[in-house]
Amino acid sequence: MTGSLHRFANPARFQRLSQAVLPWFAGGTVIAFVIGLYLALFGSPPDYQQGETVRIMYVHVPAAWMALGAYTTMALASAVALIWRHRLADLVAQSAAPIGAGFTVIALATGMLWGQPMWGTFWVWDARLTSVLVLLFLYLGYIALINAFDDPERGARAGAILALVGWINVPIVKFSVDWWNTLHQPASISRFAKPALHPSIMTPLLVMAIAFMLLFATLLLLRVRTATVEQRLRTLAMARARS
Amino acid sequence: MTAFFVLIRRDLALSARQAADALVAVMFAVLVVVLFPFGIGPEADILSRISAGVVWVAALLAAMLSLDRLFQADHDDGSLEQLALGPLPLWALALAKATAHWLVTGLPLIVASPILAIMLQMPTAGLATLVLAMALGTPCFSLLGAIGAALVLGARRGGVLVAFLILPLAIPVLIFGAAATEAALTAQEAAPHLMLLGACLLASLALAPAAAAAGLRQALG
Repeated sequence: MTGSLHRFANPARFQRLSQAVLPWFAGGTVIAFVIGLYLALFGSPPDYQQGETVRIMYVHVPAAWMALGAYTTMALASAVALIWRHRLADLVAQSAAPIGAGFTVIALATGMLWGQPMWGTFWVWDARLTSVLVLLFLYLGYIALINAFDDPERGARAGAILALVGWINVPIVKFSVDWWNTLHQPASISRFAKPALHPSIMTPLLVMAIAFMLLFATLLLLRVRTATVEQRLRTLAMARARS
Repeated sequence: MTAFFVLIRRDLALSARQAADALVAVMFAVLVVVLFPFGIGPEADILSRISAGVVWVAALLAAMLSLDRLFQADHDDGSLEQLALGPLPLWALALAKATAHWLVTGLPLIVASPILAIMLQMPTAGLATLVLAMALGTPCFSLLGAIGAALVLGARRGGVLVAFLILPLAIPVLIFGAAATEAALTAQEAAPHLMLLGACLLASLALAPAAAAAGLRQALG
């Protein structure tokens, strides 16, 4: 396990490998978004109760999933970075944070736009909305912490611990709709139960979820590649300053 | 075990020598509470309606205010490294520091909270629950704060940063604490909220020293 992980921890190998797969991820993202957005905006029926506003869901739900997914990615990468001291894992965690914060903002913004026509208010202080807002603050706190040190190495390690501590919020977000009696509806899609959604709505939602996942992977690869190059530039600049 | 108590006694002695510093946190909470009647207006029913939440928010802010000193002074003069070399494991060191912080800031806040609540026209029916909930909640603030204080060691603007990192994590304590007092005021069952508050305390007692120790290890590393 660690042996195979160490192979990918080599930055040069990572640069080669990511260069090869990046166009496929980017292409897949575009294709999935074209299909998903077509199905979501034109190919699916309007809801009998909510009308056309139900289409907000096709952006809102995948964005919320990825907001949690990105944080979990960040926490996993932080654990790897702390345990095995992989420099690349640090870069993955740091690169995932702004993307995840972006997904969280999208989920909150689309949720507010959807809440106004459906609930009659942009915002309620129920458990799901509040815990997602806390998730955004955790992302912002992490970003502030890793940039607060003169030594980026120290910032990365402090951030890794914070990411792991903050992960406690992820299950709270996930189960908030079951634990508390919230205005936000409980999950409609479960791996174990028969889904409560009709296929005509389920298919576009899943395609959009795949599109968001590919978008996350593409952006993450791109940001980690940039961070690797930036780090090498910094090392070279330091070496030149010393000589 | 002796090393643990010696460390607590040392921190308490240091705070006693600078008693003004220690009291600033409580005075800050008092001032925050006093601001509310000016901002909202002195109507008794509005003030008594928001009293529980205001006292809790003031206590949380006051606890955050004094956190950046938790490890910083010892880190600056190198005694933190000496302590880390001593017989005490890092998690016990963090726990001792958090305990001392709670004794210096949390305990006065608990004592002050019923007075603050009365100033905000809280009915006396809620005072006992408020004090009990504060007794369970303020140690959580100190323990969570120890994580943040360890993480920001050596950072720029550490004081603001530690509040920014820890306030989101302290929200559950705030919710259950305010809800317990609220329940007592409206003649409902406060026990479930107090139990959840106790669960928060036990969880942070078990996990926070380890996380703070990891943070200290990185800072000393």
